[in-house]
Amino acid sequence: MLEIKGLKVKLEDEDKQILKGVDLTVEPGKVHAIMGPNGSGKSTLSYVLSGRDGYEVTAGSATLDGEDLLEMEPEERAAIGLFLAFQYPVEIPGVGNMTFLRTAVNAQRKARGQEEMSATDFLKVIREKAKTLKIDADMLKRPVNVGFSGGEKKRNEILQMAMLEPKMCILDETDSGLDVDAMKLVAEGVNALRSADRGFLVITHYQRLLDHIKPDVVHIMADGRIVKTGGPELALEVENNGYADILAEVAA
Amino acid sequence: MSAPAQSRRAQLKEAKLSATAERLEGVALPAGGAWITAAREDALARLRQMGLPGRRDEYWKYTRPDTLTQAEAPKAGVFDPEETPVFDGIDRVKIVFVDGVFSADESDPLELAGVEVERLAEAGAADIHWGKELYGVLEARGQNPVERPLATLNTALASDGVLIRVTGRAEKPVSLIYRHGSDSSDAVLHHVIKLEPGADLTLLENGPAAARFNKVLEVDVADGAGFHHVRAQGRDHERRAATHIFARLGKESTFKSFTLTVNGVLTRNECVVEFTGDEAVAHVAGACLGDGAFHHDDTVFVTHDAEACESRQVFKKVLRNGATGVFQGKILVQPGAQKTDGYQKSQSLLLDEDSQFLAKPELEIYADDVACSHGSTSGAIDEEALFYLRSRGVPTNDATDLLTLAFLAEAVDEIEDPRLAEEIVGRLEGWLKRHRRG
Ligand SMILES: Nc1ncnc2c1ncn2[C@@H]1O[C@H](COP(=O)(O)OP(=O)(O)O)[C@@H](O)[C@H]1O
Ligand SMILES: [Mg+2]
Repeated sequence: MLEIKGLKVKLEDEDKQILKGVDLTVEPGKVHAIMGPNGSGKSTLSYVLSGRDGYEVTAGSATLDGEDLLEMEPEERAAIGLFLAFQYPVEIPGVGNMTFLRTAVNAQRKARGQEEMSATDFLKVIREKAKTLKIDADMLKRPVNVGFSGGEKKRNEILQMAMLEPKMCILDETDSGLDVDAMKLVAEGVNALRSADRGFLVITHYQRLLDHIKPDVVHIMADGRIVKTGGPELALEVENNGYADILAEVAA
Repeated sequence: MSAPAQSRRAQLKEAKLSATAERLEGVALPAGGAWITAAREDALARLRQMGLPGRRDEYWKYTRPDTLTQAEAPKAGVFDPEETPVFDGIDRVKIVFVDGVFSADESDPLELAGVEVERLAEAGAADIHWGKELYGVLEARGQNPVERPLATLNTALASDGVLIRVTGRAEKPVSLIYRHGSDSSDAVLHHVIKLEPGADLTLLENGPAAARFNKVLEVDVADGAGFHHVRAQGRDHERRAATHIFARLGKESTFKSFTLTVNGVLTRNECVVEFTGDEAVAHVAGACLGDGAFHHDDTVFVTHDAEACESRQVFKKVLRNGATGVFQGKILVQPGAQKTDGYQKSQSLLLDEDSQFLAKPELEIYADDVACSHGSTSGAIDEEALFYLRSRGVPTNDATDLLTLAFLAEAVDEIEDPRLAEEIVGRLEGWLKRHRRG
């Protein structure tokens, strides 16, 4: 599904290499986790995949179901089913959350040649999904993420994901800033979306999210590379011993 | 001040007055009855004293007045927008002017309970008329401390317009529609509105009016009365307009005015509000969209001369391709105007580096127990927000439009009636769609 090969990325404005050759394949139905110390390039990877400005790909490729992601505009990547839950969701004053979501859903449908969703159908679906994420009517009406608490912002990301039904979901530290209850809600939201034809790339700093969203594969990223790949036990190893041991072992 | 500077200033003033005298030479006042003729002659005399605005005037620092003051109106091609006119879905009494001349054929019967509407020509011919107490009177009051000579020129020369007296709560809006028919038309309209205590009226205005348009609206809002004004200026590209609103507010009255401006090579909208009764509220707001040859100037002057009044100015401008936006806004709080709540916000969204926003926000306060604030900013589209929207599948153009509408929303929100707000939003959306890149 998602195939990343030898991906090297530097900053556009600076001579700074951030990703130094990343190889990663996520198969449909699987949950891959990426863990790694701060500054190792996890967010950069997620931004480059979703098409944010400011980065320059110097080598390698990234495809989704065979389509070259790196050649596409961000909106095109979204339309073919890529979704990034932001580490820092953006506040947009003046744009209602509901308007935002409906615009997004219909823009994607249009790009895929599907009919737009009617206002009534949309309302019905969003109410239902919002309810399971404990997002109230007020949060739907308010401007996108404005005045939302950290947890509300993250739940809002998951709501967007649920509405857009992407086939490849990247979650960038969706657990950061969440208390245990909020994390459970978010994890339930993610688990509800798990299916045989959907892939997940869960970026996290801590093991605890992975207690709730069980990964099939765990990667460790350090200094712009994936330095180790294993099963769920790798996450536990990080939890117990920190990154130092793994990094030392890799370096050796 | 040094002597040479003094004489330099005197020289400038002298040159200005002689230029004004020259410009007014041979100008004939419209025919009319006694009181209106007196008002016109008085205006002409005042104008000769103050002189027409010149490039060196501080108040015209950001906007060139010459094409507004010169004898002949620069030509402006009539533009057919091929769309349903704004406010079309609103039940209202329509009063139509073509190139600044009332058109009975195209207007609705001027019948509305609690509202008396007369043409300026008819009212001016009457021996006794309430208009005498207001026509040119509010305009003259508004000349202090800053002169607004184009409004005085209007008082002298306007031959058409409406006088509206409102005695009750009008059940539907009165809608002034300005059609542009000739590419050399030079329209001068002067309207006077008198709201009796407790009365309420919504006034709508739309249309390009003429190649050049000079319009004055004097509004006297008596105690407890309410005036709601929504105006849509557009869409002729070459149009030039100088408009003035002079509002006087009585105790516990309300004045709300919103203006949308799209296109037009030059527009100067002045709004002068004077609080004379306590606990009144005035909101003046504007949203403008300019692309290319577009110069838009909002000049607002609010004088608090009563206690516990609230004034609010919200102006938003979207500019691109070398368009220019100007905002000059002042809140003057006179001695004794305690508990004044004055707010002013002017912002521009510059969609490229060629466009500019020139702002001069001012506060002048002579009372100690007041809360006044102002803020002026200029910015570009928020790239973070744009990427966020695009990452959700919203194409760049739609995302930019959405963020632009969001920027304007604060001004549009000043329109109380949701149906009217919807009409305005529809125009904004239409304009943005038409002006998309690539
Ligand atoms: N836009 C940017 N400008 C400057 N430095 C950046 C930028 N984006 C990322 N970096 C740098 O790249 C490295 C990787 O950052 P990031 O991808 O955010 O790591 P992680 O998400 O793993 O914490 C860090 O050293 C960070 O400072
Ligand atoms: Mg990160």
